Amino acid sequence: MTIRTASTLLLAAALALPAAASAQATHAEDLRYPPLPRFDIPQPERVVLDNGMVVMLLEDHELPLVEATAIIRGGSRQDPADKAGLAKLGATVMRTGGTQTRPGDALDDYLENRAASIELRATEDHLQASLSSLKADFPDVLRAFADTLRHPSLDARKLEVARNQAVAEVARQNDDPGQILFREFRKVVYGPDSPYGRTATFASLGKIHRDDLVAWHGDTFHPDRVILGLVGDFQRDDALRQIRNAFGDWPKGPAWTQPDVPFRKQPSPGVWFARKDDVTQSFIAMGHLGGLRSDPDYYALEVLNQLFSGSFASRLVDDVRTRKGLAYAVNASLDSDYDHPGLAYLFVSTKLQTTGASIDALLEESRNLTAQPATDEEVNKAKQALLSSFVFNYDTRREVLRRQITLEYFHYPLDWLARYRSAIESVTTEQVRAAAHRLHPDDFSVVVVGPAQGTDKPLTAYGKVTPIDLAPPAHGTK
Amino acid sequence: MTRIAASRAALALLFLTLATAVPIAAQNLASFEAKTKVHVLQNGWTFIIVERPAAPVFSFATVADVGSAQEVPGITGLAHMFEHMAFKGTPNLGTTDYEGEKKALDALEAAYQAYQAARLSPHPDPQKTQGLLADFKAKQQTAGSFVVKGAFDDVLTREGGVGTNATTSADETRYFYSLPANKIELFAYLESERFYHPVFREFYEERDVVMEERRMSTESQPIGRLVEQFTSAAFSAHPYHQPTIGYTSDLQSISITDAERFFRTWYVPSSLTTAIVGDVHAETLIPLLDKYFGRIPARPAPPPLRTAEPPQVAEKTVVLDDPSQPMYLEAYHKPASTHPDQAVYDAIDDILSHGRTSRLYRTLVRDKKLAVEVESFSGYPGEKYPNLWAILAVPAFGVTNQQVQAALREELEKLKAQDATDEEVARFKTRSKARLIRSLSNNQGLANQLAEYQRLFGDWRELFRDIDKLDKVTKADIRRVAAETFRSENRTVAMLVNHAANNPANKTGDAPQPATPKGGN
Repeated sequence: MTIRTASTLLLAAALALPAAASAQATHAEDLRYPPLPRFDIPQPERVVLDNGMVVMLLEDHELPLVEATAIIRGGSRQDPADKAGLAKLGATVMRTGGTQTRPGDALDDYLENRAASIELRATEDHLQASLSSLKADFPDVLRAFADTLRHPSLDARKLEVARNQAVAEVARQNDDPGQILFREFRKVVYGPDSPYGRTATFASLGKIHRDDLVAWHGDTFHPDRVILGLVGDFQRDDALRQIRNAFGDWPKGPAWTQPDVPFRKQPSPGVWFARKDDVTQSFIAMGHLGGLRSDPDYYALEVLNQLFSGSFASRLVDDVRTRKGLAYAVNASLDSDYDHPGLAYLFVSTKLQTTGASIDALLEESRNLTAQPATDEEVNKAKQALLSSFVFNYDTRREVLRRQITLEYFHYPLDWLARYRSAIESVTTEQVRAAAHRLHPDDFSVVVVGPAQGTDKPLTAYGKVTPIDLAPPAHGTK
Repeated sequence: MTRIAASRAALALLFLTLATAVPIAAQNLASFEAKTKVHVLQNGWTFIIVERPAAPVFSFATVADVGSAQEVPGITGLAHMFEHMAFKGTPNLGTTDYEGEKKALDALEAAYQAYQAARLSPHPDPQKTQGLLADFKAKQQTAGSFVVKGAFDDVLTREGGVGTNATTSADETRYFYSLPANKIELFAYLESERFYHPVFREFYEERDVVMEERRMSTESQPIGRLVEQFTSAAFSAHPYHQPTIGYTSDLQSISITDAERFFRTWYVPSSLTTAIVGDVHAETLIPLLDKYFGRIPARPAPPPLRTAEPPQVAEKTVVLDDPSQPMYLEAYHKPASTHPDQAVYDAIDDILSHGRTSRLYRTLVRDKKLAVEVESFSGYPGEKYPNLWAILAVPAFGVTNQQVQAALREELEKLKAQDATDEEVARFKTRSKARLIRSLSNNQGLANQLAEYQRLFGDWRELFRDIDKLDKVTKADIRRVAAETFRSENRTVAMLVNHAANNPANKTGDAPQPATPKGGN
């Protein structure tokens, strides 16, 4: 239990009392709120080991638990084109295969008997290893964690188990319309050859051998490419000593160069249609490439996203869901990523008979962002929502630590969150209106998954339609 | 943003992720009790307050002891529909003129009832029906003109509310969100308003939204289609066989009149429990709760459910021909989750399917490579009444449901014939303690659990007593419960089979032909 200072507690109690004593409000606008007690963003300590490994520590003594998360430079975007799925299989087998001194099955027993876990996974732009354990087991589990990162056995038998699971995923990739939609939308927008749109195939999985995993591990895992975050019930000095013992003698690797990942820079307007007759809705996505978090209008876009689709009262949700009853699921985001463009997209799923009506509604709301520019009232309300909920960005220490290691990994300033608050405060209506021009409805790629018959309007009304082949993946290597 | 009707078990079905290992160690539960206060209002509404001042925020969960099991034919889907309506405001919130709106809503409902009677008449007159539909649509327009858009969500979002959502299951309806600590009175205002005098504005527009939800989550997903068929087969009499989302014909028929009756019957204060966790102070919060929630008059307790599922006497099998990859589900009837043997079912779940040490992972996934995912769970589709213990298996590529079934059955027989190992028994005890500790780290998760245990057992402390119950589970208990449960006449099997792909004469089938690539080493 974290004990706040007595003075803060007294202050909060004093502020809450008048509310309790006053009359019951009839309207929400009659309510008056005391100021939020002062609560600073917890700051993790940052330490760099001699071998270049960055360590961030944040104590949290409420519960007898310790969690560690390591981010490692790499990710599926660096997979060779003909071996898509390599990083994902590699991450899985590093864990399931065990280490050179402790076989995978023994590692499973060891961890689960202690209700501890070590897991690894690959995303497109990073690799992640995580540890969770009870406080008492932490020193031992940390050693196992280091051993897993440094000396995995990459057991060929466990590669077959992982491959079997990955093959099943490919075989099932056309069963869920939502999954099809987002996969194909990414392919269309990032481009068919972009690692951001690529997915594993039977062929690519078949080409991955144990030697590939060994080479991948050797190339990827070096201490100067690791950012390790630790949060929980530990003493800083002890934890740092244990980390140095586990990782300190790991030699530095060769210099890191940022991968040059290709993606389509020009928009690809048009319509793509994947026919799927066993569903009762059309699943629709439209949009184009988005921006970077480091773009100067990032904060204006945050405000724009909030007023466009951030709540039930937002423009898009109110129109498509609440007023027109066209959809249960409708959303949109002008997304920004850390080191490559995100996606600016709108999504809806609707019954066949309102497919055209929904596409029209999404296009109209997109055009209205500039045709009926954001008002002062909309902007103020959106800013107020972002600022009043700001405390939820750092209300748990786990959340704070996770953000800090991500910022460190992508070379963003570590006081990003504090800057975020003041940047949102200073966003103007003019800036939000200008940011709305980042969305170009005429350039939209529109992807639709659903039955061919029964829609209210032909898709050709929205441009040239390119079919997407959902033939059984066994027949091709797309 | 989404409001999803799903029980915990159904969620487990939808997320086919590998269950990873979880948490241990004894905690000082007395210390938890010391910071927890229970306050029952005169009208019967129960509040549980946990002071956890780590950050100036709080979360809450309100659990209504009503779910789709309280529905009868004709109104299936209404518990979930009401959940959606609980975000539509009150006479004080969401209208430009309640007097005018009230008149418009009454006229709307009269028009709907007239249209409905004509539409469902045994001898419908199409022209008359069309005319009544047009009248209904016009009245919908009029009523809509009084609505202040998204007023409930708007005030909540503006004041910093996050994680706003609600869920409906067979057993309960749950409402929850988090706010900064200085907005505690807003919570008291909004939460009491909506259960004091909800206004069913935009009801028929929202009904369209719910029908889209049904199309998306049940009809357009292979697992959704399979689970609906499976559930209706597994229960023959008990309302657990009804889909929480509702049947299409009922969704097309439920009305404001139905919703009002449902609200009056089931949303009585004594059926409501709210748990509040975070930077709150019981001594200032309780007067606030009295003031706002005390406005609601006490009402008689709703009638108990009469129908009990009769003992199953014949094995049931559902085969769904579907253009997707195979999927296998088998389930056995078991007692309500308040039964003392629930701890034994939890132990069986842990031994069979939790993590990479589990028996089903090691045999079916690792060694035989018949499945890529196997998960067992109990408490489907609810926990309040006798329910199901089930296994969901995702066959590996090119493997049939029958192969998976044979391997699963071997493991179930083993549980009856042989004792679990000391290591397995020690492991589930350790893991359940750790799981409890980990669940305490999150305001919202804790509020959900406390409210749920209070509803199910009448005492939130059962959350902690679960650990004692698990600690007492013996190897003999596991064999006894396995023998009592895993009987063929107590079983329902549901399989998703792709006949077109399995027929070699049909090469244009929608599913891939088995041609598993094997990598060399």
